[in-house]
Amino acid sequence: MSSDVRGMSVGETRRIHGLEVKKIARDLYEVFIGPQHPGSGHMRIIVRLDGDVIVEADPDLGYVHRTVEKLSEGRQWIKIIPLIERMAILDACNVTLPYVEAVEKLLGIEPPERAKFLRVLLCEINRIASHLYGMGIFGVFLGHSTMYMWPFGDREVFVELAEWLTGARLTHSYPVPGGVRRDMPEGFADAVRKAARYMRKRLEEYRKIFLDNPVIRRRLEGVGVIPKKLAIELGIVGPNLRASGVRYDVRIVEPYEVYDELEFEVPVFEEGDALARAWVRVEEIKQSLNIIEQVVERLEKMPKGEGLMHDRFWAKAPPLFKQVLQKEGRVKLMPIMAMLRVPKGRAFARAEAGRGEIIYYVESDGGITPYRVRVVTPSFKNAIVFKHVLPGHRLADLPAIYGSIDYFPPEADR
Amino acid sequence: MSNSNITQEVVERIKSTLGDLVKGIEEHKGFVTVYVDPENLVKAASLLKSMGFDHVKSVTVVDRIKEKVFHVGYHVSSFSDPELAKVVVELATIISREDDAKVPSLTGVWTSAEFQEREAYEFFGIIFEGHPDLRPILLAPDVAEKRPLRKDFVVKEEGIYRE
Repeated sequence: MSSDVRGMSVGETRRIHGLEVKKIARDLYEVFIGPQHPGSGHMRIIVRLDGDVIVEADPDLGYVHRTVEKLSEGRQWIKIIPLIERMAILDACNVTLPYVEAVEKLLGIEPPERAKFLRVLLCEINRIASHLYGMGIFGVFLGHSTMYMWPFGDREVFVELAEWLTGARLTHSYPVPGGVRRDMPEGFADAVRKAARYMRKRLEEYRKIFLDNPVIRRRLEGVGVIPKKLAIELGIVGPNLRASGVRYDVRIVEPYEVYDELEFEVPVFEEGDALARAWVRVEEIKQSLNIIEQVVERLEKMPKGEGLMHDRFWAKAPPLFKQVLQKEGRVKLMPIMAMLRVPKGRAFARAEAGRGEIIYYVESDGGITPYRVRVVTPSFKNAIVFKHVLPGHRLADLPAIYGSIDYFPPEADR
Repeated sequence: MSNSNITQEVVERIKSTLGDLVKGIEEHKGFVTVYVDPENLVKAASLLKSMGFDHVKSVTVVDRIKEKVFHVGYHVSSFSDPELAKVVVELATIISREDDAKVPSLTGVWTSAEFQEREAYEFFGIIFEGHPDLRPILLAPDVAEKRPLRKDFVVKEEGIYRE
């Protein structure tokens, strides 16, 4: 069998350069891209090509579906946190926070101020790491190996900050109903300032080697344009939405935790092409660096070792728990958490995760497990782009568009 | 204006726009539910869209097995109107819990519901009439047949010994 499409008859299937190609009509080919890691995680796009122009694209999701919603119905409230953060391990705080907030809404409690600042601190560290990951993957898609190595190396700075703060590089299980699990360690504020200085310098180098690189610009400018109206109609979220001129960021629209006390901008671009989507992420990293610097400054001025857990849980904690907090800055999980009962009711919470808005609908019937947990992740919302934006582009533009969306299958499939 | 004031104002506007279509309004934590009859769903959705609710955040289905009904809800909000963006409204309808429960699709009104209606179809077996491409999206077809998010689909926990 030859390794190209010459002499193929209608209905015949061949493997060409690792892709399954089927001739479905004269001059019309069906190409299966994936599911073995076409980008970051397993997913498949079935594209139908007229010559090399995409006429139809059918994203085929679910290869890493882990029944998060069903499993949540059989787990105690607290045990759901380590389950759901596996959707996006690098963005764990952002992904779990709206769940925790929804549970807090049902409980009718709010965490103390210091805990709120600590949550924001980790959320923004996660956002930077998540954007760097996305940019690295984008580099791979475009065959720009330096842009793969650099962000993945620099991501380590923020993964290590997260580890120092929470004890885990990824899947930190940091916010819990009522507060957070650890205090800011000694010397952490200076480490954050150092990281911010370093990253600003690096972003300038990214610009020179990648974003302003003439080859990269030729591949991204005017490619995969999502006009503002279409972006709203498709309901896409996050940096992809803001690259299309829509100023929507949950941190501004419905400020949660302490975002209304912090100063930051929401970068918005009008072009809506793949290059604008790359720029939004770079600009957002700069804003997140500003935020974490502000947050550690505020945290330094607050008394240490208190205000990490709501009194509803903390007031009854035995003396040993308070000693551990004083000595190690660690909030031991109270036994009451294991068999927590949440009052009957329905709650909806949203947050701006790295890849966009994530929402939770949580319903309790008063039991020790939720009656229903509904989660919609940003990547699942953005998947619709493949179907509605790819047609009309050349197959060679597919990697550029896929990479620019920062699509993350484990998060989309849940 | 605080968010609760805006919510009240939006609820009043919804009441006057939807008129008789509204079968009930419930305020929950973080959103407002507006109930309509299934046959009025498309009309109510179009009216909400004309008010500025331009996208679907979540197609939320809840299996209320004791009451023998499905709760089908569309959590919607706005990207283009900064005031409406602060409010999340759930347009909901209650249908009886049958094997081939049917509800009109809202993909024609909100394209952003397309993939999520497919998801609700495979996990609950709800047929969205008029959907352009109703087939499973996340699950393999044989798994989707089991309608795994229905409450009568019970996940068996395995012990550490395999028998």
